[in-house]
Amino acid sequence: MSAAALPTARAGVDRGAGPRTQGPPWRRRLVVLTFLAPTIIGIGIFTLGPIIASILLAFFRWDIITAPEFVGLSNFADIVTDPTVRVSFTNTLVFVVVAVTLQIAVSLALAVLIAQRMPTWARTFFRSVFFFPLILSAASVSIIMRYLFNEEFGVVNWLLSLVGIGGVPWLTSPTASAVVIVLVYVWQQFGFTFLLFVGGLASIPTEVYEASAIDGATGWRQLRSITLPLLSPTMLVACVMAVISALQIFDQPYVLTRGGPGDATRTAVMVIYESAFRQLEFGRASAIGVVLMLLIMGVTALQFRLSRRFVFYQ
Amino acid sequence: MTTATAPRTRPAPTPARPQRRSRAVPTPSAVARTAFLVVAAALTLGPVIWTVSTSLRSPAESFTLPPQLIPTDPDLTPYIQVFSQINMGLLTLNSALVTGLIAVGQMITAALAGYAFARLEFRGRSVWFSLVLATMMVPVQVTIVPVFMIIRGLGLSDTLLALILPAIPTAFGTFLMRQYFLGLPVELGEAASIDGAGPWRTFASIYAPLALPGLAIIGILAFNFHWNEFFRPLILTISEQNFTLPLGLVSLQGNMGTGSISVVLAGVVLSMIPALVVFLFGQRPLREGLTAGVSK
Repeated sequence: MSAAALPTARAGVDRGAGPRTQGPPWRRRLVVLTFLAPTIIGIGIFTLGPIIASILLAFFRWDIITAPEFVGLSNFADIVTDPTVRVSFTNTLVFVVVAVTLQIAVSLALAVLIAQRMPTWARTFFRSVFFFPLILSAASVSIIMRYLFNEEFGVVNWLLSLVGIGGVPWLTSPTASAVVIVLVYVWQQFGFTFLLFVGGLASIPTEVYEASAIDGATGWRQLRSITLPLLSPTMLVACVMAVISALQIFDQPYVLTRGGPGDATRTAVMVIYESAFRQLEFGRASAIGVVLMLLIMGVTALQFRLSRRFVFYQ
Repeated sequence: MTTATAPRTRPAPTPARPQRRSRAVPTPSAVARTAFLVVAAALTLGPVIWTVSTSLRSPAESFTLPPQLIPTDPDLTPYIQVFSQINMGLLTLNSALVTGLIAVGQMITAALAGYAFARLEFRGRSVWFSLVLATMMVPVQVTIVPVFMIIRGLGLSDTLLALILPAIPTAFGTFLMRQYFLGLPVELGEAASIDGAGPWRTFASIYAPLALPGLAIIGILAFNFHWNEFFRPLILTISEQNFTLPLGLVSLQGNMGTGSISVVLAGVVLSMIPALVVFLFGQRPLREGLTAGVSK
């Protein structure tokens, strides 16, 4: 700090990059290092290193106690050959498709509906209500829903009994429990895509609607020909974020069903947890984790590919 | 809904229902749309209201049907019993410590790194930054096995630090703060350095205070995420004295079976209160933060 009060010739060339670190090179480097070290070292130890370790570990069989044994692709083969792992992947993919479709449909409908003319207080009320479940923990929500969907005493079956539908075994039948997981997940998550759509709708200029109204377009026609095309960038982002989040589903099935009945609601992340911390199959857990990461990267890459072809930018 | 939108001109008022204001006569389709919103709001709020109201019933009669949405004769015994059934005080303290330290740690480290990437010059800046960004999408489930090993190696197994330390470095926060610092005028720092302020001084007295709104977003998001977190605590803590609230409540539900559900729900309600406070005061930064990574 004592060295040069004025910018040096070298540092003064490129304006716009902001104040230069001053003093001799070692001192400048030290400054940069202290700013960056916590994040870079932290990410190195707790994210980047573990990713590499996970990828390597995926090719080994390791139970912590004995020495790791190289097994090639056998951990990855488990995803196809091991019945439990395979069904957990199928469950996860089916869950992603069903839950994301439902989530997008509900949140888009609500975002369009809230954009209609209504008092400000009503709009604020609805927006806050739909946002609210996002602040709760998935564990708490699942605890609540486990009571509500209880076969004998639950409120859901009581409501259904009013319209003559008899006790649905929500958490003990394979199909019904998968439905419950989807409903509980979407109940908590739709607020996020709802927020994205509200933002996307607000960015569509009103002139477009006015012009189309002069041309005689109303209601559905405007929705189909104006709102949805102009919303397509938001739609793409919403779908990608929703898919990434749904692929990682764990809390709800863990609390509601522990993966059961049988393997009906076991998900990929549940198998990561069980492989590693119940069966001490750390290699297999890593392999499933790596596949999950590749799926997420694939979805993200697909986003960019698709956005060039289908998304209409103004 | 299509019938109402068919007429090309402004829809004619429906004569059947007299309205106070003639200008805003609701069409059948507007009624249907509002009804849809109201039903959605009821389905969203219903479980929450049921939870609060059931938590206020005496443990013995908490499983009665039809459900009561408004508690008649509220009973506070569940809120007393939950403290004797599990160590609610310790769980809350653990959650507060873990969440608070992660939030503060993220704010500090993200501010420092974000500032370096936005305003300091060094070789390989963009390479380092891409490296940080690349880790943003990596889900925690992928890294959990090696993180578990590292925590063991550091001798931190089954401690609160096992939850805190790995969560502090934040790629998302660094990205957010870099964007924030880039948005602040360069001239401020230049003026400061002409006045003789070094890089630390420029950061601490000029830029950091201006970046407080960005830091608030990081803090609120960290709170929201880690207060509710379940997966990492499930793996990284073993003994009940290190449990956080979500973990403690799930194990309480497991222990109670379908016994006195009002006690479990009292715990759930108590654990929601801090999140609710943050929701009330931080809804806007929270909303902006949640959508920040995608809108720009």
